[in-house]
Amino acid sequence: MLSDPDLQKLIFGRFSLEDIPFHEPILQVTFAGVAVVGLAVLGVITYYRFWGPLWRDWVTSVDHKKIGIMYIILAFVMLLRGFADALLMRAQQSIAFGANDGFLPPHHYDQIFSAHGVIMIFFVAMPFVTGMMNYVVPLQIGARDVAFPFLNNFSFWMTVSGAITIMISLFVGEFSRATWLAYPPLSGADMSPGVGVDYYIWGLQIAGIGTTLSGINLIATIVKMRAPGMSMMKLPIFVWTSLCTNVLITAAFPILTAVLTLLSLDRYIGTHFFTNDLGGNPMMYFNLIWIWGHPEVYILVLPAFGIFSEVTATFSGKRLFGYVSMVYATVVITILSYLVWLHHFFTMGSGASVNSFFGITTMIISIPTGAKIFNWLFTMYRGRIRFDVPMLWTLSFMVTFTIGGMTGVLLAVPPADFVLHNSLFLIAHFHNVIIGGVLFGMFAGVNYWFPKAFGFKLDEFWGKVSFWFWTVGFYVAFMPLYVLGLMGVTRRSQHFDDPSLQVWFVIAAFGAVLIAVGIAAMIMQFTVSIRNREKLRDLTGDPWGGRTLEWSTSSPPPDYNFAFQPRVHDLDAWDDMKRRGYERPLDGFQPIHMPRNTGTGAVIAALSVAFSFAMIWYMWWLAALTFVAMIAAAIIHTFNYNRDFDIPADTVVRTENERTSMLAVRA
Amino acid sequence: MPIPSPARRAACRLLQGLALPPLFLLLSGCNLVVMQPSGDVALQQRNLVLASTGLMLLIIVPVIALTLFFAWRYRASNETAPYDPDWNHSTQLEVVIWTAPLLIIIALGALTWISTHTLDPFRPLGRIDATRPVPADAKPLVVEVVALDWKWLFVYPEYGIATVNELAAPVDRPITFKITASSVMNAFYVPALAGMIYAMPGMETKLHAVINKEGVYDGLASHYSGSGFSRMTFKFHGMKPDGFDAWVAKAKDKGADLNRESYLELEKPSEAVAPRFYKSVADDLYTAILNMCAMPGRMCMSEMMHIDATGGAGKESHGNRERLQYDNRRIEQGDEPNGATAPAAGRAPRSEGAPNQEGSPENKKAPPTSSDDLQRHHH
Amino acid sequence: MATQAHTTASGAKVPVFYERDEHAHEPSTMLGFWIYLMSDCLIFTVLFATYAVLGRNYAAGPSPVDLFDLKLVALNTAMLLFSSITYGFAMLEMEKDKLRTMQLWLVVTGLFGAAFIGIELYEFSHLIHEGATPQRSAFLSSFFALVGTHGLHVTFGIVWLIVLLIQTANRGLIPENKRRLMCLSMFWHFLDVVWIGVFTFVYLMGVLQ
Repeated sequence: MLSDPDLQKLIFGRFSLEDIPFHEPILQVTFAGVAVVGLAVLGVITYYRFWGPLWRDWVTSVDHKKIGIMYIILAFVMLLRGFADALLMRAQQSIAFGANDGFLPPHHYDQIFSAHGVIMIFFVAMPFVTGMMNYVVPLQIGARDVAFPFLNNFSFWMTVSGAITIMISLFVGEFSRATWLAYPPLSGADMSPGVGVDYYIWGLQIAGIGTTLSGINLIATIVKMRAPGMSMMKLPIFVWTSLCTNVLITAAFPILTAVLTLLSLDRYIGTHFFTNDLGGNPMMYFNLIWIWGHPEVYILVLPAFGIFSEVTATFSGKRLFGYVSMVYATVVITILSYLVWLHHFFTMGSGASVNSFFGITTMIISIPTGAKIFNWLFTMYRGRIRFDVPMLWTLSFMVTFTIGGMTGVLLAVPPADFVLHNSLFLIAHFHNVIIGGVLFGMFAGVNYWFPKAFGFKLDEFWGKVSFWFWTVGFYVAFMPLYVLGLMGVTRRSQHFDDPSLQVWFVIAAFGAVLIAVGIAAMIMQFTVSIRNREKLRDLTGDPWGGRTLEWSTSSPPPDYNFAFQPRVHDLDAWDDMKRRGYERPLDGFQPIHMPRNTGTGAVIAALSVAFSFAMIWYMWWLAALTFVAMIAAAIIHTFNYNRDFDIPADTVVRTENERTSMLAVRA
Repeated sequence: MPIPSPARRAACRLLQGLALPPLFLLLSGCNLVVMQPSGDVALQQRNLVLASTGLMLLIIVPVIALTLFFAWRYRASNETAPYDPDWNHSTQLEVVIWTAPLLIIIALGALTWISTHTLDPFRPLGRIDATRPVPADAKPLVVEVVALDWKWLFVYPEYGIATVNELAAPVDRPITFKITASSVMNAFYVPALAGMIYAMPGMETKLHAVINKEGVYDGLASHYSGSGFSRMTFKFHGMKPDGFDAWVAKAKDKGADLNRESYLELEKPSEAVAPRFYKSVADDLYTAILNMCAMPGRMCMSEMMHIDATGGAGKESHGNRERLQYDNRRIEQGDEPNGATAPAAGRAPRSEGAPNQEGSPENKKAPPTSSDDLQRHHH
Repeated sequence: MATQAHTTASGAKVPVFYERDEHAHEPSTMLGFWIYLMSDCLIFTVLFATYAVLGRNYAAGPSPVDLFDLKLVALNTAMLLFSSITYGFAMLEMEKDKLRTMQLWLVVTGLFGAAFIGIELYEFSHLIHEGATPQRSAFLSSFFALVGTHGLHVTFGIVWLIVLLIQTANRGLIPENKRRLMCLSMFWHFLDVVWIGVFTFVYLMGVLQ
């Protein structure tokens, strides 16, 4: 690019035009696709003159509902990317046998499985969970927003920045080839000198800041902002699981931040935390990363448990069975999740007593989890079960997750783990619990709360098509992996010698295609529903016969959520209100105090992308500049004391009158 | 484990029973090596897998059955089923749903505690198979295993030979594996023989096992370690004692010498390496590898740890830093340049070309230990 | 809230389901900041644990006995402890709404903090000059990471303190500014507590082993 190599290095660091993968046809096609779709989106926004509203009403919004929706959109977009990686892996593994090397050489295949894991956990499952909590928790506790609305907006945009950083690696340089947990010494500067691991580190660090802050925010919200009368033992179960998840987030993500910082010190300045030589200890990384990593599993699954609890109670037309034991089970799982991390590396040879201890603590977690399954079971008992789409996902979860839980407990027996660790059996197990538990839960939640968020139901036909293809596809894709694991096949292999394995990989690839149809049906479901929205319109605000406070307000809820703050007398607050003759207030409205939108979060997050790009490519001047700019932007933000405003009383009156007339139409 | 011997084929049958009819044929042809192992340790681990699964099915099957049954029985369209919207608590039921899993976990926990201790890979074997204890005078076959990038080195101190990517042992003789790695960690796994254990640089793990049946079994690297990982496989031969002696003699006859120089050549990254034999092994080479001082002039880990235990070497010890640097081997040989995908590295991606054929660029990188002389083993 | 229940037309008692008057929630900032401090504490926990694991891995190089100057560190510790006390004085003045004296004490606090950072930088440069760099051994890597992270926190605290000096000068002791001063107070004392851990665990136990 520049003739003077020193000047080039000063300005561009280690970046050169050769780092753009012009030679990779797969990436060229992907880039063309992304460019076309991106231009189309920009064109549509410009054509409909949407830039102004986009900035005013969404990007700068501090409204927890809009932020929640944006998190879930992010999760769906990243699901497409992560799933494309999955299809590539399934295709490669179903053809690369013997002399056939497949179409992905190791340097590419290794990036794909690393990216798949990182994206699915950090940028699909996490935004899904965070978005769901953001949208639902304040509504369920009768609050008007979260405790720190600006911080909420900032957290979201930091998550987006992390995702963008990871996505840039697709087209500039490369992604990590050191798996989704980047174990050293493989991820160290000596074995992975390229930019891949740096993309991984900075992507996760930026998103991790957002996640930690959002965890703090939601804990403060739940502790401080509950409606009067809502004691802790009257919290909706989803709020309980959210509280436990956010406690886990604030207690686990700082550990990830610290351990990735140590890894980057090893890589950037040559310290010896995790190196082989000069006293470093790579095994310490295993311990530290899994002290974050195992709680992370429960961070993802607990909110899903919460969603299943809400859905089961609503669609069985019954109060949740065993609320108290459900709460205790959740809390016990939260605590125990910190005492099991070593089961991820029994094969390190820590000794029989240590291994048995961690094996047995792991099994103990299955007791509260089992109690939860029984509670859902007895919620259905003597109910009137309606098989709407959210309930279908829940039933599929109960069967699928039970199987996944069983294989998980099996893996917790150390000598059994010795023969199954790192095998495709393990892969089948954790997809069994993450797809069957977390994703199914999020899909149930999306179908359940969509009418609340947008005022119309999702199309049922396409919802069911999507459900069946996902469920059947899951079994077809992952049951063969259990078999392959028992055949002694290890994970992350780009090529196999034994041709007799091929048929199982082909079946698994077919299962992935079925899931692809399920995803396509989901996109159809959204498209059809938006087109038929008038037909699917819900005027009541309570389309399912809900039991908790979010169903007491309109769909979609007004900016201020509740015209008057609710007062709670019972666990199922809205059900209680319906039963005991609640009458909606029609007058006496007052101005409502609300937080003001701000662009600072988006600005700092955008700067953080530039900062991480500069750090990855050693463009030190840009890194220093953007770092100072970020601090300056944060400080300037603190000089703005004008952060709130009042929604005038007549606006509230107008909004509430509209709802009155909607309810009248319905009647 | 208290599993009767017919359980040997039970696993395949269990899977066949669960599978759909079209899959029946597939599974009858399958080689579920984890479920049908040939070594006593792996067999005990298999039995443990079956026993644990059986214990858990006691509760899993009723749960799944009840889920489906309740969903069907209490469907909204079934007006005859009782409907009790306020029923949400039952102390008896709560006691049952907490104690039932608890009892199973108590049983499984006991099984775990006992089996984890009896099947600890560091613990010498007590028996050759279910009926025969290890004879008092039996001397185990010691094999020193080194995970290199990306091939396995096996050293037989008793016979003074070494092999690459081929392992053999006499049937019914206890084997003691001492396992380490040269740069990136890995895991040593022969599914038919025994469970896996990590191979870590600068550290030694142990695995005790025995093979009970003659045969050729697959061995593999089961912890991802970089680009050559997929082809880091080997064959493990379970042999009659005379067959094993002949195998050793063949190595003595046709192999090269494994000294420090040829080891350092061998240690360099290479992929899809064909089996190779060494008729002699330099003294304490394995100890040097384990202590990360195979390269001349390096300080051994053991020496460093001794110095550290006595309070370090003081301020005037800058020379020691050079002698202890270890990881940067690959940068020296320009294995991967900064920020480059493979083509920008100025060489073909490693997997382009046919990696399994001799004469590929990869095999040329491999050490010049007269590969023509070597007996190549085809299976 | 005048009554807890009202009566419907049908005569059944209906409880009150909503609040007619707006009730502001009590502010969550202190709780939120406290949770943040606990999460920050976990970062230090990891660094302490790392030091506990790697602290004796000298890589045949210098050990704490060879390197640490306890007198200098004691002086440094005194600086930080004094700064905590003076911050406490500033908070007492804030309670009395005395802006000028509060700012004076804040300036003193900031100067003590700057002295602490200055002495720490001197110590680091001295170590590096002797060849005891973070790259020398795992012990030194974990030492620099732990002490350096603490130092970065103090630096950030000084920047924050300057910002608050400007903001209190601009707007006086309004509730927002008081809340911010309370947060910085918690942050500052937290760093003090962490330093006591560093001083005991790294320096004292290192030299007196």
